[in-house]
Amino acid sequence: MDLFIALILQIVYGVANLVLISIGLAIIFGMMRVINLAHGEFIMLGGYTVVIATNNGVNLWFAMLILAPLVVGIIGVVVERLLIRFLYGRMVDTLLATWGLSLLLIGLVTTIFGAQTKTTISAPIGAIQIGDYTTSGYELFLIFVTALLSFAIYLLLRFTKLGLVARGTMQAPDMAAALGVSTSRVYAITFGLGAAVSGLVGGLLAPITGVLPTIGAVYIAKAFITVVSGGTAILAGTISASALLGVINGVVSYVTGPTMGEVALLVAAIILLRLLPQGITGRFFRKSL
Amino acid sequence: MRMSLENRWRIAIGIFGVLFMFAGPQVLELFTIINLTTGIALAVLALSLGLVWGYGGILCFGQVGFFGLGAYAYTIAAINFGDTTGAVFVAILVGGAAAAVLGYFMIYGRVSDVYLAVITLTFTLILYSLLRRTSGPEYKIGNALLGGFNGINSPLLNVPGSPSSVLFPEDVFYVAMFVLIVSYFGCLWLIRSHFGRVVVAIRENELRAELLGYDIRLYKLLVFTIGGGLAGLAGVLFANGIGRVTPDMFNLYNAALTIIWVIVGGRGTLIGPIIGAFGMFYLTFFLGTQTVINNNLVLGVILIVFVLAVPNGLVPELAKLWRSVLGRRALSRRERNMRRRSSRRASKDDATSSEAPHET
Repeated sequence: MDLFIALILQIVYGVANLVLISIGLAIIFGMMRVINLAHGEFIMLGGYTVVIATNNGVNLWFAMLILAPLVVGIIGVVVERLLIRFLYGRMVDTLLATWGLSLLLIGLVTTIFGAQTKTTISAPIGAIQIGDYTTSGYELFLIFVTALLSFAIYLLLRFTKLGLVARGTMQAPDMAAALGVSTSRVYAITFGLGAAVSGLVGGLLAPITGVLPTIGAVYIAKAFITVVSGGTAILAGTISASALLGVINGVVSYVTGPTMGEVALLVAAIILLRLLPQGITGRFFRKSL
Repeated sequence: MRMSLENRWRIAIGIFGVLFMFAGPQVLELFTIINLTTGIALAVLALSLGLVWGYGGILCFGQVGFFGLGAYAYTIAAINFGDTTGAVFVAILVGGAAAAVLGYFMIYGRVSDVYLAVITLTFTLILYSLLRRTSGPEYKIGNALLGGFNGINSPLLNVPGSPSSVLFPEDVFYVAMFVLIVSYFGCLWLIRSHFGRVVVAIRENELRAELLGYDIRLYKLLVFTIGGGLAGLAGVLFANGIGRVTPDMFNLYNAALTIIWVIVGGRGTLIGPIIGAFGMFYLTFFLGTQTVINNNLVLGVILIVFVLAVPNGLVPELAKLWRSVLGRRALSRRERNMRRRSSRRASKDDATSSEAPHET
């Protein structure tokens, strides 16, 4: 029974982890049809923000929850103004340009901070005992944060003026502009928001994964696959795809070990896209957010 | 009859290639020759993506997957056979077969553009993570240990039929250069054949091509498969140039690099990706010798600059420039003619002898 609970927790954490690493990419892809291959590097920058801030004596929680999203969000807005806005509507070109951006950011961070980081941060919450098994308290915290973050994004998109204007702009930019919305500002804010969420996630994951200039590559493939499998609906797509792929990964990992788990995840994604080329939300939950 | 400008270019490229092939080992040092062999292998890989993406319109992020599979297949087969001649064919077959299977899944499922890119990338990453974990002694195919992260040492090519007479690096260079030239002209022949024209038509407008009665899925699958086979052949050359195959052939960085070569050189051309591959190969080689600037930084800047400023790539832009110079010269000649004989017939003659559309 204890084993069962521990296993379930592990799988739920796997799903939450997928949601976390994909959600920033999903906001940018779902709202703007821009595939941001520098997404992994936004996460990496969030991690670096936290490490540098805590090294300079800033409180860890403040660095993770406030500073990381703020810094990466600002970087996101700058990137949108300097690079992305020239490429709207050219999906393949944005893909390539953001890939360039990703390499550029890796290079910059490596040049400034070196290929390794000097200090790592330890998780601020210790282990929790479940019967004979221990589980990481920080992972439980991350599951909680994932739920909270998803809910916050839902509220933002569904009930605020900003969310309404943003959704309107994405559906019919001409109409929104005719009604007096500054569409270019909406694009900048949306991209910044997506980047900020990635930064937050990077900060939250930093204690578990450590930070390296090249750590983005660990996330980008999985995030990309999850978002594309999910389809265009931001929350429903990401959560349903994460649930499906995360459970497959968790179960196969438990049975045969982590390598096969990862392979099973990727194979499942390929088969899913073969059956549903528009992603899960291209077929199901079409009206959802 | 005058030969069209593009055919003259093709012949010039061919002559240059053959001269380079025979003169190279005479004048260059051994180290450079071995290095060049690797560059040539990458150029063949770039050519295969140039065919699949530039002409077939299939954005494949996983061309390195077929490339790496080809290299692994060659190495494993060569170790097991003892002779490398058959292994080369195995490599081409494996590359092509992998592309055919994956392509069938995607193309017959009507998966397109970005989604297709994701699937091909995923495929490559699957291979990467699988091969990285094969370090134990239990992972062996025949006599070949897969060796996990460290990879396998590849046997060098030998003279067909006599496994004991292994080729010297210079000879491998000849073979590689020969393969490059033959692949280039082979691809050229392919895109100028009826098949190639249909493939280009599909790239331009899938719906229209389909309504004209072509089975677009079959054509796309065929061009994808040919690209996979060619990438497998490139893998053979690479294994010979480096002397080793490792899982790193499949990683994200190399997948990115292949795309960059084609972007830089020019989509929709065949010589462009080759030039892009050589240029970037020497750039990264040069960057590797210094430590001031980070490699990724430079690659990133190049990719961004090309996407924003030169989206068509170098070769098409240069060709455009060249044509505008030629066009101006032709124009001034025409004006002179007009002045000399103001008869109407003369101007009509000149108008019909204008340049044919160019497509290097």
